[in-house]
Amino acid sequence: MARTVHHRLFWPVLSLLALVVLNAAVRPSFIRVAVRDGHLYGALVDILRQSAPLMMVALGMTLVIATRGIDLSVGAVMAVSGAVALTLIDRSADPGDVGTVIVAIAAGVGIGVVLGMWNGFLVTVLRVQPIVATLVLMLAGRGVALLVTGGFITTVVSPPLKFVASGYLLGLPFALFLSASAIAVVALVERRTALGLLTEAVGINPEASRLAGVRSRGIVFTAYVASGALAGLAGILYSSNIMAADANAAGEFIELYAILAVVLGRTSLLGGKFSIAGTVVGVLVIQTLQSTVLFLGVSSAQSPVFFAVVVAVVVLVQSPQLHSRVRRLSGRRRRAVPAPEKPARDVEVSA
Amino acid sequence: MTTLEPPVVARPTAGLSRLVDRHASALPTAAAVGILALLLVGAQVYFGNFLTPRNLSALLLDHAYLIILAVGMTLVILTGGIDLSVGSVLAFTGILGARMLASGLSPAVVVPVMILGGAAIGLMIGVLVQYFDVQPFIASLAGLFLARGLAFVVSLQSVKVQSSSILWLQSTRFGVGDWYITPTGIIAVVVLAAGAFTLAYTRFGRTVYAIGGDEQSARLMGLDVARTRVLVYVVSGACSGLGGLVLTAYSGAGYPRNGIGTELDVIAAVVIGGTLLSGGVGYVLGSLVGVLVYGTIKTIISFKGAEQSWTQITIGMLLLVFIVIQQVIVVRSARRR
Repeated sequence: MARTVHHRLFWPVLSLLALVVLNAAVRPSFIRVAVRDGHLYGALVDILRQSAPLMMVALGMTLVIATRGIDLSVGAVMAVSGAVALTLIDRSADPGDVGTVIVAIAAGVGIGVVLGMWNGFLVTVLRVQPIVATLVLMLAGRGVALLVTGGFITTVVSPPLKFVASGYLLGLPFALFLSASAIAVVALVERRTALGLLTEAVGINPEASRLAGVRSRGIVFTAYVASGALAGLAGILYSSNIMAADANAAGEFIELYAILAVVLGRTSLLGGKFSIAGTVVGVLVIQTLQSTVLFLGVSSAQSPVFFAVVVAVVVLVQSPQLHSRVRRLSGRRRRAVPAPEKPARDVEVSA
Repeated sequence: MTTLEPPVVARPTAGLSRLVDRHASALPTAAAVGILALLLVGAQVYFGNFLTPRNLSALLLDHAYLIILAVGMTLVILTGGIDLSVGSVLAFTGILGARMLASGLSPAVVVPVMILGGAAIGLMIGVLVQYFDVQPFIASLAGLFLARGLAFVVSLQSVKVQSSSILWLQSTRFGVGDWYITPTGIIAVVVLAAGAFTLAYTRFGRTVYAIGGDEQSARLMGLDVARTRVLVYVVSGACSGLGGLVLTAYSGAGYPRNGIGTELDVIAAVVIGGTLLSGGVGYVLGSLVGVLVYGTIKTIISFKGAEQSWTQITIGMLLLVFIVIQQVIVVRSARRR
């Protein structure tokens, strides 16, 4: 029991379960999953489907944050990628052609890679603080997206593109397959190779890992490229969802939600140890909360108030100051059983 | 005689490099002033009718609220922090004020409430940063969400302001010849002067620099680090509240979507004005130059009739140039140590 409570993901998973139970209690239809036309329908399926863009962005953000960095430009990258892809489709001879759409998606992801390389170049070669380096692209990126679309909201009619965000495969939303494969690829590459270990080493102590012979430059650079590529894919998903490239609204505030998801998943903003499973849970918590707030009849514009409360509670719960204060209060009780004290502190240091 | 020659020849360059070394911290600000002058002169040469009193007055007055926000942001960044909440707080206090005025409250009540409302959100951020060790980025992110949500809670639509005394702030023009200034402009200038004076000559201001320079040393010197750090965020919040007032007077309405992305413009202006994001180096007057550079670029682009998206791209590029300049300075001073 004590081990379960002290697991890194105990609190994130608990809050996700609590949210689901709370929703199910208030509206039983929440957990009902129906099969219609061979597709799965229901609020839970919707949450999974809608969480796909945030999931992509948050995965990339996790890697960047693990290297002690931050990527503020993801929303702008989404806007550029969507703008490039939809402009290509719009100008093509046959917008409904599968080949055209695949080329456009590749172009969108490719531009994400290029923008990620730009961020990585600023951070690793010019040694600019990550928050400032990515701020440059965050400011300029939307301008670039507006130039690509000529200041308009480009809309297209293209069934293959629509399939990406709204289509179904084997009864499940296609977007779900995309985010699941993104999670799988990131998890495999980071956890089944040494890359994850090296990333954490760079994040925990850049100087020590350099002395130990870790090529931190390449690792940090790769993290930004991965974040750019995933944001590019998220941009495609976003524009496929609304079938339009909106340079101003695409990915608005998504960098903040993605950072929140990473923090909810108990990856420290100070870098180092990261948890991909934690980020996945964090994204689901955010999306479920979003759905809850909408169900309560609160305008989606007002939902930031709830997120402000969530951010405040999360950072307070993780705050070492609060922990030491609580420990001082419950000190006498703890002294009787000092054994579980040690692993608990390990979690706090990394959190 | 020949042996004496080299030092004589070398003196001007040695003097110059000593001057640069001694004032290295002012170098980015000097560069910003140079760029502003270059922009203004270039625009005058290109358009022929750019440097008119009317245009320059408008440059200051159109960005009065940005100047006020930049003063608060400069204080926060000087301590090594960051305040992402300014744009949202601007919208929140603006719509709150407009709504209260619409329900018939006197401006004598509304204006203090707006400023205190901003200060309260700043206080929350400051307490999170100082007493709970939350990173400024995350704490002010909570402030951003809170204020933006509250703005929509107050009203989902824009609220028109009919109060004559608030509108007076923008409609009155004190002019000399073609030069003019409105009360909103005067507020901005007063805030700017107060900020510059506080930073240069008061105990609080010097403590702000000390915290940004080296917090540990500041604490060992017996400076009140905790109170100063909280106060910096309160001041930034109050500035955002005041900015909300000025923007409401300027646009004649409160609108909950105001100021989305303004925090980035303000941070960019402060950085372009020569304040190091690592803290400890920078000037409030530099931030004024930063805002004016931003405003000039915007004006030039609208003069040319080009896409406003070029503003964002140019500001982004300029930000990059300044960051690289700063980087060089930091590396140089680190090497000298």
